[in-house]
Amino acid sequence: MLFTSYGFIAFLIAIFLLYYIIPKKYQWMLLLVGSYVFYAFSGIRFLLYIAVTTLTTWFSAVRITAIQKERNEYFDAHKGEMDRDGKKAYKAATKKKTRVWFLLCLLLNLGILAVIKYTDFVIANINSIFGTETAFMRFAVPLGISYYTFKSLGYLIDVNRGKYEAQKNPAKFALFVSFFPQVIQGPISRYDKLSETLFTQHSYDRIRVRQGLTRVLWGFCKKLVIADRLMPAVKALSGSPEEFQGAWVVMLILFYAIELYADFTGGIDIAIGIGQMLGVDMEENFRTPFFSKNINEYWTRWHITMGTWFKDYIFYPISVSGWMMKLSRSAREKMGKGVGKRIPVYLANIIVWFATGLWHGAAWNFIVWGMLNCVVTVASYEMEPLYKKFHGAARWSNTIGYDIFQMIRTFWLMGAIRILDVYRDVPVSFAQIGTIFTSGGWGEVFGEKFSRLGVSAPDLVIVCIGCAAMIIISILFRRSGEKVRPCEMLTARPVLLQAVLLVGLFLLVVIFGAYGVGYDANQFIYNQF
Amino acid sequence: MEELLEILQDLHPEVDFDECDTLVDDKILDSFDIISLITEINSTFDVAVPAEEIIPENFNSAEALWDMIERLRDE
Repeated sequence: MLFTSYGFIAFLIAIFLLYYIIPKKYQWMLLLVGSYVFYAFSGIRFLLYIAVTTLTTWFSAVRITAIQKERNEYFDAHKGEMDRDGKKAYKAATKKKTRVWFLLCLLLNLGILAVIKYTDFVIANINSIFGTETAFMRFAVPLGISYYTFKSLGYLIDVNRGKYEAQKNPAKFALFVSFFPQVIQGPISRYDKLSETLFTQHSYDRIRVRQGLTRVLWGFCKKLVIADRLMPAVKALSGSPEEFQGAWVVMLILFYAIELYADFTGGIDIAIGIGQMLGVDMEENFRTPFFSKNINEYWTRWHITMGTWFKDYIFYPISVSGWMMKLSRSAREKMGKGVGKRIPVYLANIIVWFATGLWHGAAWNFIVWGMLNCVVTVASYEMEPLYKKFHGAARWSNTIGYDIFQMIRTFWLMGAIRILDVYRDVPVSFAQIGTIFTSGGWGEVFGEKFSRLGVSAPDLVIVCIGCAAMIIISILFRRSGEKVRPCEMLTARPVLLQAVLLVGLFLLVVIFGAYGVGYDANQFIYNQF
Repeated sequence: MEELLEILQDLHPEVDFDECDTLVDDKILDSFDIISLITEINSTFDVAVPAEEIIPENFNSAEALWDMIERLRDE
């Protein structure tokens, strides 16, 4: 059930009405039932997968907390009797016990994800290397499997680290895993943050509901008016690489950046807006990413919850692990301080970007995309002292003009790397980028050939107005110190203005949504990950 | 503490580490800096900093970092 389908809108209205009609103590149960109904629409059999992940993670976490509690009680009971070494030994022994549950659950759930998502990729590579003809397994991939698996494992790691205690109620944990607004494309919430408002009782709050509804409608606008309007052009440009080269590739980079941004942030706006309407707070997933001045900043602003997940649960644990510290020390002794210091950062960075690439899809284009991001991140880290010198020497480096130059540079650099996601073919992607410098064709883009893209002049005008609106909203958000979202700013405005805006957004979606005869809303791009 | 301040100064000479208590909150230290710092702490003070200790409260100031090092040493 797509967010943009009529079925979902009917489902949402029903959930919303029931949510504020039933006794408040049953609200979270309604969300659980609603989430499982929503999930069942993607295929009844997929409920088994999400249920297995939920139950195994819930049970393992409960066991881990029980062991940790036993340990703490033992320490309390034997206060003063144990010396440092004794305490250490007891701690190590309990850690061994928790590790069994932790690893069993981790391996099982990563195993399910790996088998379902990556088996055919492995088979394809084996076939191509060894010339074999092993048949593909063609597993049906459960909706949002990467998202709910990551959410669950993040929870398991936090409980194992003792950050918080396990949730005793399996039904409440099931709601955390399956919460319908975020199960298909995030945000990848952390249990301690989401549970603050997910299980609590909520009274109808018209201001929050209005803010949420505005954000939902703005999300629909971004998806249906902007992203889906550009989708045919992106498909046409990427579908015939031989035909559309040179300047057309530049156009593809631009169009895809706009489409992806409007599509993904639109979906997240819908998810967060629904949460607001139900009184549930979610983490933000975007903070004006296209205003980033370098790639490192970009990755702290784009798909934030995925980036922080990889940082907290893969990058940090790997880079500070015992073996990495040993390796770093040995490199420091043999090759100097500089190398020793860099080894943990660079090795962990390579692993994280490889995993990020794989997370996006079981294909080489995603892995190369990840590795390119890794190279640019490391290069910019290495060049930082040079940049600092340059910024200190060149006065104009502190001007708005230079800031804008850096933003544009980052936009195009990320766009060029992102092209691997569009062509889905590594050699074709690189060849197409090459044609920008060899093929030209700048005159053609304004000629008759443009009509083959399936986008008319009025479509382009609508997209341009949509982009201007997105830029203005981003600027407003930045001017508030990135603290207040424009939907929340509206609260200070007259109610009549807010009502006009809501109706206006609704009409925009209805009138300018990219519908047509037999129209079927397109899948959100990030649903497939 | 002196050694820690030297390590920090080496990483970001432009920052006043005696005063600043928003090193992570103000994004002065990024994830690469934090790992470089942990590597240095490991080799200078022989203290292993586990991943769960990498939270803003432990890295926001030189003092907080020092408290963490002393606590981990005692454990």
